[in-house]
Amino acid sequence: MVVGIGAPEPGEAERIDRLFHALADPTRRDIVRVVLHSEESVSALAQRYPMSFAAVQKHVAVLERAELVRKRRQGREQLVSGDIETLRSVNRLLDQYEAIWRDRIGRMDEILAETGDEIETTSKERNR
Amino acid sequence: MTVKDVEKDPANLTMVVTAEFDSPVERVWQLWADPRQLERWWGPPTYPATVVDHHLEPGGTVTYFMTGPEGDKHHGWWRIGTVDAPRELTMEDGFGDADGRPLTDRTGQLRMRLFEHEGGTRMELHDQFPTLEQMEEMLKMGMEEGLRQAVGQMDALL
Repeated sequence: MVVGIGAPEPGEAERIDRLFHALADPTRRDIVRVVLHSEESVSALAQRYPMSFAAVQKHVAVLERAELVRKRRQGREQLVSGDIETLRSVNRLLDQYEAIWRDRIGRMDEILAETGDEIETTSKERNR
Repeated sequence: MTVKDVEKDPANLTMVVTAEFDSPVERVWQLWADPRQLERWWGPPTYPATVVDHHLEPGGTVTYFMTGPEGDKHHGWWRIGTVDAPRELTMEDGFGDADGRPLTDRTGQLRMRLFEHEGGTRMELHDQFPTLEQMEEMLKMGMEEGLRQAVGQMDALL
């Protein structure tokens, strides 16, 4: 089984960039937290933060482009809800990073468990 | 478990990993300072690392390549920020092009600190990830290793 090393799929790279950009702001993170819990209108969200309706609307737009929230219209209101699948994918990325370091630290442990002589030998074996 | 704590901050794309070892600080420092030891743990077994240059001094560079299962080579580098042996090491890290020249547009930051702890060593890694390419490439190599291990485990069961 070979997982190719190459350029990431074009759409995927931009998608991840948008995700991290969207989450790099405390207000946007809070909006995501709120709308994951329950659907809220943009005007209800605007009352939570010390900023204009337009500013909150902009934050919601950034989150929507990153697919972290969805928007739907109900009468004159725009209702915002969180997209749990996208958030899961951010966490999965970080989980994979964690796994890389856990593996490295596991290998460090193995090296530390050896004596000086063994380090020489095993290192040569590995380089064959 | 050697890994004591992992804190992930998705918004800032940082991760802090804390690990503890029985060995003294000087010994753990050697894992980073000795290129032959470094190349034994940096890359997964399916992508072993070979360290080419290893200048562990402020402004110095460490260069390496990882060799994949098809003989494919992936170059990487560190640019050393500060060295306070055997306690602290900071660096930028990134990948290189096919000839090993550093691609500097996407770089991560890593700070590694060692503390004496209950007769052994506590290692704290503060990793600031770059936005993309390096991340994708690292993840793909990591994922392949995960698959390899999973297949190995299945073999053992059969």
